[in-house]
Amino acid sequence: MKRDIELFISTTLRIGVMLSVAVMLFGVIVTFVHHPDYFHSRPALGELTNSREIFANTTGAVLRGVRELRGQSIAMLGILLLIVTPVVRVAISVVLFAAQRDRRYVLITAVVLALLLTSLTSGLGE
Amino acid sequence: MTPLLFVGVVLLVSLAAGFLGALLGLGGGLIVVPVLTLLLHVDIRLAIGASIISVIATSSGAAAAYVKERLANIRVAMFLELGTASGAIAGAYLAGVVHPRGLYVLFGAMLGYSAVAMLRGIHAAPSDEPPGALSEWLRLNGSYFDHATGETVEYPVRRPLLGLGMMFGAGTVSGLLGVGSGALKVPAMDLGMGLPMKASTATSNLMIGVTAAASAGLYFARGQIDPFIAAPVALGVLGGALLGTRALKHVSSERLRRLFVVVLVVVCLQMIWKGIAG
Repeated sequence: MKRDIELFISTTLRIGVMLSVAVMLFGVIVTFVHHPDYFHSRPALGELTNSREIFANTTGAVLRGVRELRGQSIAMLGILLLIVTPVVRVAISVVLFAAQRDRRYVLITAVVLALLLTSLTSGLGE
Repeated sequence: MTPLLFVGVVLLVSLAAGFLGALLGLGGGLIVVPVLTLLLHVDIRLAIGASIISVIATSSGAAAAYVKERLANIRVAMFLELGTASGAIAGAYLAGVVHPRGLYVLFGAMLGYSAVAMLRGIHAAPSDEPPGALSEWLRLNGSYFDHATGETVEYPVRRPLLGLGMMFGAGTVSGLLGVGSGALKVPAMDLGMGLPMKASTATSNLMIGVTAAASAGLYFARGQIDPFIAAPVALGVLGGALLGTRALKHVSSERLRRLFVVVLVVVCLQMIWKGIAG
């Protein structure tokens, strides 16, 4: 039974990683397909890594870009999937410990999840 | 430099960062940030955003393997995340109050001290010390199969409260400076709690993702995550982490420890330099 928790957590992480890799790869490829000049143009890099630029910083903006099939928005969606993977891992741990009726660890993981969501949302609220 | 070449260089460098990070329980930011800023002239703001993503990538990529092989101790990780998560919140609040330059020097000094302590075994939990009631109650004690020696290693976990306190400190540093602070987590487990080195780096790998995810939302909201930089970093790091987890099986704990000390010294100098040069 104890073995199951480890397998579940490992699988959760693996799925999160594989999904985000697929989406990020697709996003990078789409970027280069849409902008053939990126293969040889030097000034283009300056625009792509411009520090004055504010990159899509709401999930709404990212999803709009994805619907328009913009490569950079798709890559960002992959990055967001990667960011939520550890959070999902903790959330699933709560459920797994609950299924084993391990009250101590249900409490511990639930507190960690609450702290994590607090700092995530306070960050997004700024 | 063309965008294509840029992506290629970033992928290669991140591959190395992911490999080393997976082995040592670090996020790889110590390689990614200097290369992006010094070699590729990326703004530090965007380099830090990419570095946070690199921490999450190393963590999830490496931990997927370590948890399955039971090298990472999930109970120890969950218990200690209480400390890192609350420390990270404390750090985020303190960030507006404390001046970061002095903090870099302080952090650097702490790392330098950890390096010496790990080399000499100072403050190590004595191997005959019993694990204590709390470790038993939380069932923290673990075991793993060591491919390097072909033996199953069973280990008691000592001084969990000391470890929790040290993790609160590590979490605060993460929140204040935006670093993964695996460099503090590994010595806390290795020295403070008496975990074998391999279990320490594997468990640190599992933990750093949670710490970094907590602050990644903030960096995303500030528009500091440039997908053109962060996506190749994440892809490279994930590939490197995959290779790193295979290598860890065959490295002995003692060699791993020496490698870790070398990297600690490098990060220590980086941090002190950052504090002095500004």
